[in-house]
Amino acid sequence: MDIFITPFLANEFMIRALLAGFLVSIASAVVGTFMVLRGLAFIGDALAHGVLPGIAVSILWGFPGILGAAIGAVVMIGGISLITQHSRLTSDTAIGLLFVGMLALGVVIVSRGTSFTGDLVRVLFGEILGISRQALIIQASASLFVIVTSMLCVRPFLLLCFSPEQAEVAGFSVRIYHNIMLLLIALAIVVSFQTVGTLLVFGMLLAPASAAALVARRIGSMMILSASLGTLSVYLGLLLSYHFDLAAAAAIVVVATLVFFVVLAIQNIRSDGLSVRRSRIPHDHSLEEG
Amino acid sequence: MITRLKRADKPSNASIDRNNQVHADHLDIGYEGVPVVRDLELNLGPKQALAVVGINGSGKSTLLKTVVGLLRPVSGTIAILGKPPGALPKRIAYLSQFHASGFVLPLRAADVVRMGRFTALGLVGRITQRDHDLVADAMKRMQIEHLAEAPLRSLSGGQMQRVYLAQVLCRQADLLVLDEPTAGLDVAGKNLFEQIMRAELDRGASLITATHDIQEAMVCDQVMLLARRVVAIGPPEKVLTSEALMETFGMVLNLKSKELCLAVLERECGHDCINPAENP
Repeated sequence: MDIFITPFLANEFMIRALLAGFLVSIASAVVGTFMVLRGLAFIGDALAHGVLPGIAVSILWGFPGILGAAIGAVVMIGGISLITQHSRLTSDTAIGLLFVGMLALGVVIVSRGTSFTGDLVRVLFGEILGISRQALIIQASASLFVIVTSMLCVRPFLLLCFSPEQAEVAGFSVRIYHNIMLLLIALAIVVSFQTVGTLLVFGMLLAPASAAALVARRIGSMMILSASLGTLSVYLGLLLSYHFDLAAAAAIVVVATLVFFVVLAIQNIRSDGLSVRRSRIPHDHSLEEG
Repeated sequence: MITRLKRADKPSNASIDRNNQVHADHLDIGYEGVPVVRDLELNLGPKQALAVVGINGSGKSTLLKTVVGLLRPVSGTIAILGKPPGALPKRIAYLSQFHASGFVLPLRAADVVRMGRFTALGLVGRITQRDHDLVADAMKRMQIEHLAEAPLRSLSGGQMQRVYLAQVLCRQADLLVLDEPTAGLDVAGKNLFEQIMRAELDRGASLITATHDIQEAMVCDQVMLLARRVVAIGPPEKVLTSEALMETFGMVLNLKSKELCLAVLERECGHDCINPAENP
């Protein structure tokens, strides 16, 4: 049992890492659920990478990285809606364009500075093993804010996932609630970049929520399952990183992705079993039409 | 034998405007300022049903979307329950055309029906016993109460359409705007739909339904034939003439011979619809 518990009991930095990962998992589960159900994975990916120039500039000029990341996210969301409103291009074109443009801008800014190399690795891959108390508090407040806002907006969010037209006719403005959803995704990304990094935060948003979407029957259970799978990935990832000296954040996301495939396999085996059983039972077709 | 959904009082000119659920005047409808149908006139009174009939692309959905406020009118005026479209979400229920989506939400049938109460409940209003009763009642009326706990992804197309209709019913709206509500329903489902719409009109609601089904249109108080213009509007026995139907459906049949065209119409829609005068 020691190899599972001792690394955390013996090292305070491991406890902090676990706590930070747990907070990232909760925020990512709530936001990731709506992101997956509403089909916003691409914009989430773009946001996760598009915040890079903001962070780079903030490091260059010496203000908090989280502020630069927030500015980067706002520029991305504003740019995407600007392009889609003023042209006939679809949003995935606008997202792709800004995604690659912002990423390139980030690299250009980084290439100007000589002191960047260490910082850049930290920005891209996080510093979950060296996380400060202050960063933990910010992470906790942001997670709380994401949860409270999502719960307040759960009805319009559900309608948006179901049918944007129905949401609009039901009196919930699609434009307002879509933008709130985007801002929550952006917030989850911005506060998580310190722990798991910009490249990997997207994995935490997407992998646990996708795995949960495969099996969950209700939105609430999808969020809880997603948070549980995320937390499990954090724990196993940290453990692997400790024992095999791996990059912690990357190990967490690799585990999260593997967990997705395990759930996919289990679900397929189970549904094959179910369909075999169903085919043996005479089926009531009285209500099946079309 | 065809019975109307509701034998409404003849609309008198005095009742137009003030009491009308839907009133449109010189209305041009379309997308992004480009009109699809021009110069629509429409008056729909309380407890009245209007069928909008036409082939795909004729402007049916465009009209329905304009009525519920999803599209702005290109020009002209339209008032819904005395207000601009979209101003009274609590009193209007809309069923859009659903297309098979690649991903089905992790929801149970009852969760989808319950969404019909969200407008009345607002963001944080607590779900009361009355809301639970309305949801249960709507599912019972659509004969899907046994599917309440079933995941949405396990339902057939027809069952899903019944779930969506139950969602519309539990909104308790004054105006129901339904885009092809019987798509995917079998004969039993269509009969049930007709029965329920009759009850909704008795309750005091008005109804606008888009359809290509002539039989469905014949039980409404008014029929509007659309073919990117208003071919005809009025009571079904006056509007559903063979000439008007040919003009409405002619382009899809794409047949030169009038006799052949009528034969196809008769086969598709039944004898009643092309000779409605014989069956008063």
